Amino acid sequence: MDQIILQILNGLDKGSAYALIALGLTLIFGTLGVVNFAHGALFMLGAFCAVTLSRILTISHTVIDETKKDFLGNPLKVDVPYVNGWFGETTGQAIIDWSVPLSILFAIPVMIAIGVIMERGLIKHFYKRPHADQILVTFGLAIVLQEIVKYYYGANQIPTPAPEAFIGSFDFGALIGMDPGSIIYPYWRIVYFCFAMVLIGAVFAFLQFTTFGMVVRAGMADRETVGLLGINIDRRFTVMFGIAAAVAGLAGVMYTPINPPNYHMGMDFLVISFVVVVVGGMGSLPGAILAGLVLGVLESFASMRQVIEFLPGINQVVIYLAAIIILLTRPRGLMGRKGVMEE
Amino acid sequence: MLGLSKKDASLLITVAVLVALAPIFLNPFPENSALSQFNAGYPDLMQRFVIFGIFAIGFNILFGLTGYLSFGHAAFLGAGSYAGVWMLKLLTINVIPAILISTVVAGLFAILIGYISLRRSGIYFSILTLAFAQMSFALAASVLTPITGGETGLQTALNDPRILDGANEGGNIPAPNFFGLEMGDSLQVSFAGWLWTFNAGYYVSGIIMLISFYVAIRIFRSPFGIMLRAIKSNQQRLNYTGLNTRPYMLACFVISGMYAGLAGGLMVAMDPLAGAERMQWTASGEVVLMTILGGVGTLIGPVLGAGLIKYFENIFSKINSNLLHKWFSFLPDGLEDFVVTIIYPFIGKGWHLTLGLMFMGVIIFLPGGLVELGQRISRSLSKNKNDAAEHKPAE
Repeated sequence: MDQIILQILNGLDKGSAYALIALGLTLIFGTLGVVNFAHGALFMLGAFCAVTLSRILTISHTVIDETKKDFLGNPLKVDVPYVNGWFGETTGQAIIDWSVPLSILFAIPVMIAIGVIMERGLIKHFYKRPHADQILVTFGLAIVLQEIVKYYYGANQIPTPAPEAFIGSFDFGALIGMDPGSIIYPYWRIVYFCFAMVLIGAVFAFLQFTTFGMVVRAGMADRETVGLLGINIDRRFTVMFGIAAAVAGLAGVMYTPINPPNYHMGMDFLVISFVVVVVGGMGSLPGAILAGLVLGVLESFASMRQVIEFLPGINQVVIYLAAIIILLTRPRGLMGRKGVMEE
Repeated sequence: MLGLSKKDASLLITVAVLVALAPIFLNPFPENSALSQFNAGYPDLMQRFVIFGIFAIGFNILFGLTGYLSFGHAAFLGAGSYAGVWMLKLLTINVIPAILISTVVAGLFAILIGYISLRRSGIYFSILTLAFAQMSFALAASVLTPITGGETGLQTALNDPRILDGANEGGNIPAPNFFGLEMGDSLQVSFAGWLWTFNAGYYVSGIIMLISFYVAIRIFRSPFGIMLRAIKSNQQRLNYTGLNTRPYMLACFVISGMYAGLAGGLMVAMDPLAGAERMQWTASGEVVLMTILGGVGTLIGPVLGAGLIKYFENIFSKINSNLLHKWFSFLPDGLEDFVVTIIYPFIGKGWHLTLGLMFMGVIIFLPGGLVELGQRISRSLSKNKNDAAEHKPAE
């Protein structure tokens, strides 16, 4: 029992990353009808927003500390971040410590801007081209973004720790009345899962309860009619592209403490996210979330020792296997609508 | 000639001449000159030109003719490589069985994957092939280690049985050969500062490449090829006329997979080592890049694209900042640093950036790739002479 709960928890944090990326992909596909292979790169850019912010915050100047001596007896030179000078030592240190959550504020405008520029500058010209061309041009864009990041940040993983308060694990088993020590789970992963759920909820609420969201939903259903009503649907879809980029970026920001970012992390997630979108059903937002979480949990169950002993290697292939089975038995995916991307 | 039209025959002959003389004109700069590092006429790279040319020709038969974008073609290359190494290990060090068996194995593998993947089309087909390729990669790197050598890769060893060759004489691992002609053997000719290397392995792959190029031309011109094009332009209409397109697609997919397997077999024939990373989806992406850069659906395009990318990968990536400073040393100091700073991200280790930009440029402005570029240039040159320029679609 404790094993099962642990695996579900394990699956949920990775699954929520899949779900967030797949949500963005589906938003873009549902609104603009574009298959965006650069979405993984947006996830990666989000992660590097966190890296950038923590670097900006730790920009330091050197001061001579008279109270300490180095081994030669001279006064010690200490690097003091500027934020310490501005906000005082305790607040400054706290800001640096909380750089990853703070990056959320930093990443939202940056990612929306990147998304809007991408849509207006490049993808706009590909609406009338075949899907294969869209896949290819965004694939090229992903390579370019990836290489730019690699040039500035290097090819190695950059550790970006979570705030001190969230480092370590807590006893999840004791919380739900099981033996203490049976389920130990890192704080940050729970935070990630909750964050993902809040973000998903926010996107759905935005689409469901605002006028803007209503127009967007109407445009997803019938773009032409909405346009005929005198609404500039293209501009709203551009904004949705920006929001989708921001969702991917935030998924990346919060994922940095779990997995130190490197320049090709986006590609690794992209392949699986596409599988998630297809399993969930092209164009279905709830389907993307459901499929993301289900596949994440499935993956973590498949990496249990007992399962691997029984079916060696299953942990590597279970997602793809599930995708193949679902595509062949339910061609529209779990919750796909009729008439979307059918041949 | 050989059942080809005059135009195709001249294309084939041109390619044959180019392949035969490649060691000479790929080394345009004398050996000790400053530009000699742009020479591409060394055996290893030339072999890659033709082998990836075969791979791209095969991919183009699928994508160019039917429009089905497979993102998992490297799985067949990998399967072919493994089969080839096993032949070299078990049967004989002669490359012929290795190449044949790798083609056959990749074909069987393609039947299996194609039968399932081809039930869907469009993006779903791309995702299915991608999923299969990633599965093969993951399995080859982990569970199938006894067969594939896992992450270290599979290679020939001293104590391999090699039934047909008999016992191992001497203490060296035998090199793959073609009835005694070792693939690594080269004839070096030095002529007034130029050094030309005529490599046995290159010519073996080159001849096989010409044969597969010929077969590709025949497929393009055959009723079968016309049927595949019909699938690309409107599959639904074909279905409505009562035609079952599935067998045609499967045949096309298998042929394409066999080309990839052939390329894999040749790769291990040149260098008997096969690793799992050959199956990774980035490798599949590479052949997509090659085909698109050269020109989708054209005969010669994929070969050009393969050559271009491999040239970039091997030559451009070697340029470092010292060399750049040397080249631009004629500029004033500040300007020199400035120019080098601007150019540096695009070359050397950053050549992928150039590749990505080039690829995007081709998709945006030149959907027909390099071949279309050539056609446009030649058309604009001949426009003045001949106003009634023929507007044939890219072939």
